[in-house]
Amino acid sequence: MNTLLELRYIRHAYGQQTVVEDLSFTLEKGAIGCLLGPSGCGKTTVLRSIIGFEPISAGEILLNGVVISNASFCLPPEQRHVGMVFQDYALFPHLTVRGNVGFGLHRVGKVERAARITDMLDTVGLTHDAEKYPHQLSGGQQQRVALARALAPRPDLLLLDEPFSNLDVTLRARLSLEVRDILKSQNATAILVTHDQEEAFAIADQIGVMHQGQIQQWDTAYNLYHKPANRFVADFIGEGVFVPGKMLDPDHVEIELGILQGEVAHHCCPGCRQCRSGGSVDVLIRPDDIVHDDGSPIRAAVMHKAFRGADILYTLRLPGGSTALSLVPSHHNHPIGEKIGIRLEADHVVAFSRQV
Amino acid sequence: MKASNGEALKSTGTNPNTNIVNSFYSSSVRAIRTSMGWRAIPVFIATLVLIPVGTVVSSLFAPAGDVWQHLVETTLAELLVNTFWLAVGVSLGTALLGVSLAWFTAVCDFPGRGFFSWALLLPLAIPAYVFAFVALGLFDYVGPVQTGLRTWLQSDLVWFPNVRSRLGVIVVMVLAFYPYVYLLARNAFLTQGKRSLEAAQSLGFGSIQGFFKLSLPMARPWIAGGVMLALMETLADFGTVAVFNYDTFTTAIYKAWFGMFSLAAASQLASVLIVIVFVVILVEQRMRSGMRYAETRQSARIDRIRLSGWRAWSIAALASVTLFLAFVLPVSQLGIWAASVFARDFDQRYLEFLWHSLLLSAVAAVLTCGFALLMVYSVRRHPDRVTGAAVRISTIGYALPGAVLAVGIFIPVAWLDNQLSEMARRLFDFHSGLILQGTLVTMLIAYLTRFLAVSYNPIDSAMHRITPSIDEAARGLGLTGWAALRRVHLPILKGGIFTAASLVFVDVMKEMPITLMTRPFGWDTLAVRIFEMTSEGEWEQAALPAVTLVFAGLLPIIFFMRQAEK
Repeated sequence: MNTLLELRYIRHAYGQQTVVEDLSFTLEKGAIGCLLGPSGCGKTTVLRSIIGFEPISAGEILLNGVVISNASFCLPPEQRHVGMVFQDYALFPHLTVRGNVGFGLHRVGKVERAARITDMLDTVGLTHDAEKYPHQLSGGQQQRVALARALAPRPDLLLLDEPFSNLDVTLRARLSLEVRDILKSQNATAILVTHDQEEAFAIADQIGVMHQGQIQQWDTAYNLYHKPANRFVADFIGEGVFVPGKMLDPDHVEIELGILQGEVAHHCCPGCRQCRSGGSVDVLIRPDDIVHDDGSPIRAAVMHKAFRGADILYTLRLPGGSTALSLVPSHHNHPIGEKIGIRLEADHVVAFSRQV
Repeated sequence: MKASNGEALKSTGTNPNTNIVNSFYSSSVRAIRTSMGWRAIPVFIATLVLIPVGTVVSSLFAPAGDVWQHLVETTLAELLVNTFWLAVGVSLGTALLGVSLAWFTAVCDFPGRGFFSWALLLPLAIPAYVFAFVALGLFDYVGPVQTGLRTWLQSDLVWFPNVRSRLGVIVVMVLAFYPYVYLLARNAFLTQGKRSLEAAQSLGFGSIQGFFKLSLPMARPWIAGGVMLALMETLADFGTVAVFNYDTFTTAIYKAWFGMFSLAAASQLASVLIVIVFVVILVEQRMRSGMRYAETRQSARIDRIRLSGWRAWSIAALASVTLFLAFVLPVSQLGIWAASVFARDFDQRYLEFLWHSLLLSAVAAVLTCGFALLMVYSVRRHPDRVTGAAVRISTIGYALPGAVLAVGIFIPVAWLDNQLSEMARRLFDFHSGLILQGTLVTMLIAYLTRFLAVSYNPIDSAMHRITPSIDEAARGLGLTGWAALRRVHLPILKGGIFTAASLVFVDVMKEMPITLMTRPFGWDTLAVRIFEMTSEGEWEQAALPAVTLVFAGLLPIIFFMRQAEK
């Protein structure tokens, strides 16, 4: 595999305010990366630094092994061969769909240009809307025009800035899978920025969870969910609650519901005493770690319930007073207040040192 | 607005049930009875606009009189050539100056950008004809600039360009009318934001290429709109060309009517001008058709292209020179003249001019706003095709040059007068004399037709903020009829009505040809006084009324700037 993009310890500041600090990651050719984080975490700034709209104040950005940005140099965006799909699409309202898609093909001959436009329109499924103007299209169609326009010049790298945030939820899920297919079919390398983890999981091969201008963890979706590197990632990704626990030995943790066995995924920090035997820890319990079992002796009271179709998400009060979530098949319909039997079923443990 | 909405919320307790039943009954009965009444208002105004247009256009086909024959043989060709070059020159000039200044202040950053972005609108406060006589007074052969240069250089200054020339008129008008293009183009560039340029960059275009390939084409409808406004003002202009003795149709109409006393010839000249205006309107509609523009939201953060070195300074210089020539210089010169004659000119007569101007403007503002409100409501109540067409016709009055309207309204009024006095004589054997002619009624009708669009647009856009759901919410809270109007509609419309009234007020104060041609005998206003003094070359004596007009013109501009800053 060869590295296409590399960010080395980049820093970005608006005046006094540092937005991005010491941020590094690499992206292989053909991979789809994602920067995931709450609004204001600096993820869009990273994207804008990669394309060159924002200069960086420290570190360097390399594309194909060539420095394109560092503290003293910023290659103009138009020379980077990096494409971008903007959050509001920024479609040119005075041009038709064909005109928009062909806009970036100014260094290409007439015949090839027409062929590539046709090809791109075919790829995104807008062949019949080529002569329409942007305002005549639906939101999803506009989104696809934006994608086709950015992909048409075959950029080395494609950036997508919250590409689905203007679409309604049902459309989002469908389009994100579609966009992944299109990107993969074009063999494109892309980075997506979003605050929606489902979107990130659906599209990206690798996801960087960002918080306060730094990447907390750069990993696959599976690892982010099951092996979060720190409390922020554990909290941000998926649902779950922390329950107090006690380390018995490096492979066993005792919590109220029983003893959890398995590889303790992450310790709070290297050489931490707390995580050793006898230390107090917070254990992350996901809703799927607690199973409803009428025969179980452990009973928990239903505090809230949220019907989700196939499942019901119960918020339970454990006998010791702490709270836990449990995902239960929806035909197990229990009223609020009822005590139901539960059982712990987890094959790995995520624990962090107790936060005071 | 918020406070009164809150009040509306509070006062729902008073027996809502009976209220709703009552209002439902009465409103449905009223709806049937008044649907014709509502529609009648826009139709009435549309008729008011159509009468002068019809009168003038019909004279195209009237038999040619001696005066008209004479005009065709002697001056018509010159008028056409003059109008053509003026239109071309002003369009090109305002487009170039307006667009470049708009681009620099909207998208680039240079020293003084914040100041220039609003200050460049100030020339809107100076009527073009005021500008014209100040320019002549300053740069003409006997003016201070040439006289000074002659003594300083000990030379005849043969190289000095003649100010009383076609180029002179064009330059003055460009400096007076560029803010229309500037305002609209700037708005377009601001709403485009830097986002579209970034999109172009991500597709491999540099920022200069991006401007020509993207920003300019995207802003085209706005630029065209601004140039059209400037062009309409140019075609309608009477005062500026009169000062320069540069004959166009408007001055020819005046001369035919008041010099050769041929209303028929004046009307025939007006018909040619109206055809030109309609051609321009058609071209504009043509240019816009087929291209629809999705509204783009203003991007929250505008990153400007930071310029430095000679580029930044040359842009700052362009803006400074424009502002100096178009505002600072004329205003200072006016101030100097006005100060020198203040002791003599600030007298009973000046106060009378002022009083006439203020009275006319105020009455016209109330009248146009009242009719505009009625029209806006009738569109809201009965948005059918008849109403829509009537509104469109009513609001083209602004495109009609004042000189054309004056002729087009005077002729039917005179006819009506004759009919009335004839009737009075026959029926009652009573010699009534003239009833309508030479009264303020003729003038006010002309103002109403010309400036209705000015008041209609702000009130209409304010009305668009009262969504149907607001009405429904008010009704749901038990407010209907007058109560809803007073407590919900009026507070929301207030700003729009104020804007409309102040715009019309200032426009009427500056208005020259209609006032000049249809005023009652001896009823002189500030604008008329300026016309009379400048036609005799008495620049100083025109200064005090001119300063008054400039001050009046500044008020709404300052007000809107402060609004925009909020």
